[in-house]
Amino acid sequence: MTKVYVSSVIPAPAAEVWKVVRNFNGLPGWAPFVAESRIEQNAQADQIGCIRSFTLRDGGRIRERLLALSDYDLSCSYAILESPMAVENYVATLSLTPITDGNLTLAEWQAEFDCAPDREAALMHQIGTGVFQTALTALKHRFGR
Amino acid sequence: MVRVCQSTIIDAPIEEVWAILRDFNGHDRWHPAISFSEIEGGEPVDAVGSVRHFRLADGGELREQLLALSDKDRRLSYCLLEAPLPLMGYVASVRLKPVTDGNATFWEWRSEFNPPAHRRDELVKLVTEGIYQAGFAAVRDLLRRGSVGSPVDARSPRAVAAPVPSASLPRAVSTLAPGQGATTRAIVIERYGGPEELLLKEIGLPPPAPTEVRIRHTVIGVNFIDVYCRTGFFDLLQPPGVPGMEAAGVIEAVGSAVSGFAVGDRVAYACPPVGAYCERRNMTPELLIHLSDDISDEIAAAGLLKGISASFLLHDVHVVKRGAIVLIHAAAGGIGQLLVQWARHLGATVIATVSSDDKARIVERLGAHHVIVYSRENFAEAVMRLTNGAGADIAYDAVGNDTFGGSIAALAVRGHLVSFGQASGPVGNWDIGRFATKSLTLSRPNYAHYTDTPEKLAPHVARFFQALRQGVVRVEAPTRYDLVNAAVAHRDLESRRTTGALVLLPQP
Repeated sequence: MTKVYVSSVIPAPAAEVWKVVRNFNGLPGWAPFVAESRIEQNAQADQIGCIRSFTLRDGGRIRERLLALSDYDLSCSYAILESPMAVENYVATLSLTPITDGNLTLAEWQAEFDCAPDREAALMHQIGTGVFQTALTALKHRFGR
Repeated sequence: MVRVCQSTIIDAPIEEVWAILRDFNGHDRWHPAISFSEIEGGEPVDAVGSVRHFRLADGGELREQLLALSDKDRRLSYCLLEAPLPLMGYVASVRLKPVTDGNATFWEWRSEFNPPAHRRDELVKLVTEGIYQAGFAAVRDLLRRGSVGSPVDARSPRAVAAPVPSASLPRAVSTLAPGQGATTRAIVIERYGGPEELLLKEIGLPPPAPTEVRIRHTVIGVNFIDVYCRTGFFDLLQPPGVPGMEAAGVIEAVGSAVSGFAVGDRVAYACPPVGAYCERRNMTPELLIHLSDDISDEIAAAGLLKGISASFLLHDVHVVKRGAIVLIHAAAGGIGQLLVQWARHLGATVIATVSSDDKARIVERLGAHHVIVYSRENFAEAVMRLTNGAGADIAYDAVGNDTFGGSIAALAVRGHLVSFGQASGPVGNWDIGRFATKSLTLSRPNYAHYTDTPEKLAPHVARFFQALRQGVVRVEAPTRYDLVNAAVAHRDLESRRTTGALVLLPQP
């Protein structure tokens, strides 16, 4: 089992950041590498079990299932069903925690997955830096920094 | 059940922050509220179930037990076993998370407890600000000093600004030499400590030196600075010594080299060296002030130090002009009452903060345009609302730790924060870069630098007495205590139960 963990401070109150990241169908609105997204079978984006199908700017297609969404804990977990990455048992969680000092937000994004040993380092970099940190950096800029 | 949760980002790697917080016996090295810590029974600090015993900076004691410790999650929990405050069922936890983007640390400190309803807000504020936020600032400070892991025995005393450089002060000891001849009754501090250290003694009183006069005190002023002398927070007084820096009285004897003063003159002073808590004393007369017939001894002893301070704060540190918006904290206190009345007279819009409704009524009567009870309302937000978002032009803040950040938030662009005391504790370290967001000016005036020569002092004295005569400011009748009860006066002052001034009467 491989683990990836990335965290950033977002310069906005957690409730504001949550409004953006809560939307399971909203990645094109803030993650720079996502071109378009839809929820399959006409489900609601906050219905546990719903599947988002989104297209990357490089043309790749990913399908992910919403496993958990908590407006109380400000966290969202999902599993990859299909992707161009050679990962299995991939489960990720994006969670927000208020930072009372300055009314900011800690955003944490972590994933666990299985992969071929010789691909592990590259995948950790691709997911940790190329996906999670890139998206969190975009989120920081969206809120003014 | 109330829940308190505070969190911050510490600009240091998580391993460094965890090394500090993991030490269940280390708070006395960094937390300003904790002066002493030990683990009972010599248990290891990281043994779950061990009990730490704290002595607080204010003398209180408490015991806390380690309930859980995880190096994996960088989390620990503990509960209160005994405390001087009713924090019933207090269970707290500390956890850290890495901020991988920048190698910083997220630190969350949270607790649950059951306070009595009538003390709920006060205790929540104490835990939030006095324990957690103060702890954040202290750890930041500790990391900045780079002294992690080394003993911090040389922890600096609380940085209470002394009114004069202490090195220039004669020690009060000389007046304590057992004289062969005359003696006088005085309050003597033989060691730093609580009010109980204020003991009435008979001490020697030599004849005045050629450059000195002898004064028979009629009324002695009690000021917060005397508390700092008593506790040793600064070293204006070296035990054994007599505290006190303000009094009124009559000249009884004049040294051969003194001019301008005669036996029988009514005088007052508000200056070092310490030594006012006594019936009689000798001192050099440079900073003595002649009292005219229309200024009573009581008003002089109760109001001189505060009046001079108010004068230079309003006319020198900042020149308050008509139309200015002035924020005044602790407005029901001694200096606060004078600032409110005087700023109003100068044409300013006065926004005052107080801690209770009773004090709010006092300050309203003194002429404040707006009074904010800060225990009930966020004063910075209130100031912004009252000024339509503009903020205050000047903030006079002697409260310190509890208000400093709010004062900054309440100021207008190009506002001026005048920090002249810290009744609630030191303000801690601030990044002056933050002042750029509003181009703020900060002043930290020191009484001595505005009053330590006759030339500096005279205009403030004249202005204050003139304001008294014209009714611009009124000094309310002070609360009187016999000299022998100086300890009671200190207790009352420190409990913040008092409004207005306190004085000691040497002759019951």
